[in-house]
Amino acid sequence: MERAILVIGGGVAGIQASLDLADKGVIVHLVEKEPSIGGRMAQLDKTFPTNDCSICILAPKMADCYGHPNINVMTYSEVIGLEGSKGNFRVKVLKKARYVDETKCTGCGECFQKCPTKDIPNEFEMGLTTRRAIYMPFLQAVPRVATIDRNHCKYLTEGKCGVCKKVCKRDAIDYDMKDQIIELEVGAIIVATGFDVWDPKIASEYGYGRFPNVFTAMEYERMINAAGPTGGHIKRRSDGKGPKKIAFIQCVGSRNVQLNHPYCCAVCCMHSTKEAMLAKEHDEEIKATIFYKDMRSCAKGFYEYVVRAKTDYGVEYINSDGTVQEETENHDPIVSYDVAGRPERRAFDMVVLATTLVPRPGTAELAKVLGLTLDEFGFIKSKDRILAPVETNVPGIFIAGYCAGPADIPESVAQGSAAAAKAAEVLLESRVFA
Amino acid sequence: MNEEPVRIGVFICHCGTNIGGFVDVPAVVEYAKTLPGVVFATNNLYTCAEDGLASIRDAIKEHRLNRVVVASCTPRTHAPLFQGVCEEAGLNKYLFTFVNLREHCSWVHMKEKEKATQKAKDLVRAGVARVRLLQPQEEARIDVEPKALVIGGGISGMVAALSIAQQGFPVYLVEKESEFGGFVRNLNNLYLGGKDAMETIKPLIDKVMANANIIKCLNSRLVSVEGFIGNYNIVIDANGKEIKDKVGVIVVATGAIEYIPEGLYGYDLYENVVTLTEFEILCKKKALPKINSIAFIQCVGSRGQDKSYCSRICCNVAIKNALNVVENYQDMLGLGTGEIVEKVPVEMKAPEEILERRRRRRGRRERGEEEEEAPSPTTGKIEVTIFNRDIMAYGVEHELNYNRSREKHVRYVRYTPENRPKVYKEGDKLVIDYWHDTLKMQRKMTVDMIVLSTPLVNNPDAKELSKMLKVPLGQDGFFLEAHVKLRPVDFATDGIFVCGTAKGPADITECVFQAQAAASRATIPLARGFVQTEALTARVNPTLCTGCGTCIEVCPYKAIQKNKDGVAEVIVAACKGCGCCGATCPEGAIDLSHYTDMQLIAEAKAALQEVIE
Repeated sequence: MERAILVIGGGVAGIQASLDLADKGVIVHLVEKEPSIGGRMAQLDKTFPTNDCSICILAPKMADCYGHPNINVMTYSEVIGLEGSKGNFRVKVLKKARYVDETKCTGCGECFQKCPTKDIPNEFEMGLTTRRAIYMPFLQAVPRVATIDRNHCKYLTEGKCGVCKKVCKRDAIDYDMKDQIIELEVGAIIVATGFDVWDPKIASEYGYGRFPNVFTAMEYERMINAAGPTGGHIKRRSDGKGPKKIAFIQCVGSRNVQLNHPYCCAVCCMHSTKEAMLAKEHDEEIKATIFYKDMRSCAKGFYEYVVRAKTDYGVEYINSDGTVQEETENHDPIVSYDVAGRPERRAFDMVVLATTLVPRPGTAELAKVLGLTLDEFGFIKSKDRILAPVETNVPGIFIAGYCAGPADIPESVAQGSAAAAKAAEVLLESRVFA
Repeated sequence: MNEEPVRIGVFICHCGTNIGGFVDVPAVVEYAKTLPGVVFATNNLYTCAEDGLASIRDAIKEHRLNRVVVASCTPRTHAPLFQGVCEEAGLNKYLFTFVNLREHCSWVHMKEKEKATQKAKDLVRAGVARVRLLQPQEEARIDVEPKALVIGGGISGMVAALSIAQQGFPVYLVEKESEFGGFVRNLNNLYLGGKDAMETIKPLIDKVMANANIIKCLNSRLVSVEGFIGNYNIVIDANGKEIKDKVGVIVVATGAIEYIPEGLYGYDLYENVVTLTEFEILCKKKALPKINSIAFIQCVGSRGQDKSYCSRICCNVAIKNALNVVENYQDMLGLGTGEIVEKVPVEMKAPEEILERRRRRRGRRERGEEEEEAPSPTTGKIEVTIFNRDIMAYGVEHELNYNRSREKHVRYVRYTPENRPKVYKEGDKLVIDYWHDTLKMQRKMTVDMIVLSTPLVNNPDAKELSKMLKVPLGQDGFFLEAHVKLRPVDFATDGIFVCGTAKGPADITECVFQAQAAASRATIPLARGFVQTEALTARVNPTLCTGCGTCIEVCPYKAIQKNKDGVAEVIVAACKGCGCCGATCPEGAIDLSHYTDMQLIAEAKAALQEVIE
């Protein structure tokens, strides 16, 4: 029986679970697929309903996690194998080579200013800008070290270049680094792998990918973030101009039986309301309109937040679905909607789509490795939705956050803590928890 | 007091080119050497790298440094690292000052190197002025009583207590009623299971009853609480017996009650107008009257009608009940055996043929002749309408239930607060008069029964409890957590936690994981066995204090009290060192250790030296 716990996923749910356990003296291995922990919350600009800066409240937790003597943060790593059972799991973790010595790199940034391979879509910025082949995903990344993208690095693909090695004053670059398989022994496992943004190109009626001034909400979050690709300015893709009329369309792909997303994503009504408010804060003259089916503002302070958006920010709410066409000359998107059964059309400068949130790609593979059951939409199923929401069909494996179904930040945090409590119970059951 | 002369070492970081590219670091080093008390100054390419840290360690020994200044990046991520190195070299970590040359200087002045260098010198000078006056500080450890108290024996309280107990700690579970279960005791069934609600949660109650770590107090109340994290002296009136004990942490799980819609939609006037919970009770007791049509009105008394908030759960409870009516109506009809609920003049006897059909069906099921539930004979016969503003069927299950209800022909009619439906009687029929927004006309609907979905409101006891525990209530009357996003089950006061509907409307699943979360948070100090007090706390000068009590008012952590002499006294274990009291004290009697007025003024003066001169 092991005293340690494995947490898979370094977003806010996984971070909370890790901190709770580590503070009790439990050793935590936190495995994160990306080069940095932080997850989706790190990408958001502000958070509803308080409009706190997202990264500003998350970054201290990321730092606490990385610096915690009881937490072993393994970024750029994936769980690929599992044996054993509750109390005695043996886990195989693939630690991908980042070709940079984590102990030497200080994240100074010299290498990614000099790297000649420039045109790689920046995943963290939702592809709105590019990054180099050696990069740090974002400014506040934890750990603050560079990673070489092996698929794009000239040295690794063609055997020539070596610029980063030359400019690194710490001699941290190691092109010979190999992927490693690390075996861990743990008593319990917490899965918190989060969500991904569904590609709305599939639903052509919203014009995403066809019309340049149609954005996803996640793109908009990056755009309005001061550290984002446009320095915090909302800009049209077609001409770079600042929009004056922005439409937000809700339930794009969700609450949709045909697309097999009949569920409600539970956060979009609020994030669109927030984004509409931020537009107004960004530029007084912007008029924001939200097209919605039901305005689901149903947690603490949410309804009051929507009332504030209407009264203090002049946000217009129209109870209708919306589809998008385009004025070909100036690329102004036109939204078709209906008011009390009568069809209407209105031109906007920009449209922002609240797209369906789906489980992260790879959730199914991970579930297979761990033996977990998924529901028909790919979320990990709880053992009992009423009395055991963070437990799974496998004893000793717990779930938290969006991978278990739609949840906002406070719910993800609470579920992270809840999973930590259940994991701590496992350790006690086997009498190793001092 | 530290009597030996100060010997300051200054370490200035290039941070690669982040600082070095915009600030003339060697010039700043030379300048630092001229400052009073500085006996050593150097620069590092990366102070945070191992060789940089070694240079600090070595210099402390070699130059007998007793103060250290690092001028580099942000203390948020790096202060613990440098403080750790100071400690390794035998220096108290509070004799260290951080100067931020990156975020506060080089990154914001990339285009003006000369001025950036000048500002870097100003910042270093201020840091040196501050570090000269610093004193060593100690962090004290306070033992934690490894026991917990959970107030409230509903779902949340039971789950929290069970998890604390299963993590190995004794826990008092205090419930004012004579049995556990809380609000669930009123409910017919839960969203996701067709079973009786109490039947569904019975495994939980059984586990609670069987767990020896849980001290079960029914018919009980918390009488008083005194103390702070790790050391709460509690008095419980346990069914007339007084229990006095000490606990380390407290979880508030006092739940909520239903809002009574007095004066709304004929609730006081007409018998067949009931609240959602009353309707649940009728169904649970199988005492539903005979009806052919029923309407639910949502947002009664909530979302601005009286309470400002949305109660989150009522849409889904209404949908559940609509489905129950459509699918299982005859199972809930009055049989003449259940208790008659006074409000509804129930025609308790269902038609004999329905009873007979029911008996026959039950018999077939028991004999295994009928496996799957046969379609209800009344499906489609009872008209169900839900008047709503927005249907809050968030997430997966709720939305799927919502879809299913529409497939079963439950009608949804949307209304706006400007055009609320009106309820009155025509003859002996209940009438709902409403505006149909698509048809743009006023319509009338005759129904046999109306259910008003009213919000959850906090328990009336909450006010008293909030005073006793010194934890806040929000504007909505519910308990207010420390941080709505990142600390959803903590109070700002250490050692006290909150979960379930005591902090706002939540469905049963949410209550369960919040309760487990509260158990996780609450067991941290219990498992550690001690809490580390902040070294940076407020200190009262009792000779200056007049006992006015202003500091007690402003302290967000309830960490100040009056002592027997009537002057302010800081509870060190509860103090977070925020400084509110010091800033407010009209007599200047409160200083914050490590941030004394003297230290701050010296720092500010040095920073502005050029201007002052």
